Amino acid sequence: MTKSELVERLVDENSLLTRKDSEIIVDIVFDSIRNALKSGEKVEIRGFGSFTIRNRGPREARNPKSGEIVQIPAKKTPFFKTGKELRDRVNNS
Amino acid sequence: MTKSDMVEKIYEKIGFSKKESAELVEMVFDIIKNTLETGEKIKIAGFGNFVVKEKADRRGRNPQTGEEIVISARKILTFKPSQVLKASINAK
Repeated sequence: MTKSELVERLVDENSLLTRKDSEIIVDIVFDSIRNALKSGEKVEIRGFGSFTIRNRGPREARNPKSGEIVQIPAKKTPFFKTGKELRDRVNNS
Repeated sequence: MTKSDMVEKIYEKIGFSKKESAELVEMVFDIIKNTLETGEKIKIAGFGNFVVKEKADRRGRNPQTGEEIVISARKILTFKPSQVLKASINAK
């Protein structure tokens, strides 16, 4: 299911909702998560899961083409931990 | 950041009541959860993909007793962040 299919589904389930408003709502959901992570905040959605930032240390890697060793700087990466309810539902279906 | 911040924004931006806004946020997550439960993936452009993966049986060890055990096959949910999300988190 893509984002636009999610928008459509939300409209199907709410006869009074316009497609435009549905799109705004879905955007708010994901933009809120992104903005919170950007500011270093943890995001916890009960029944769904939590998003946190994990720090990856700097490392050395090799350019596969030239064989040259390059330094990869430390970076942050988003991490999602599935909530218990969803984990069980996904596994038991 | 929780669902209540999302509710607040929907209330401000569209003007639905807080109760309606809360129901809509709940519905978005219900649709996502119901879809994932069927094994179908969710692809959110600019954010990332939620994918259900099937894990086969594997052997593990109880770290306390050293006893070998079989970890049974299971389905797990993984999140792969999009390049856009990763870049925005690392942007200064």
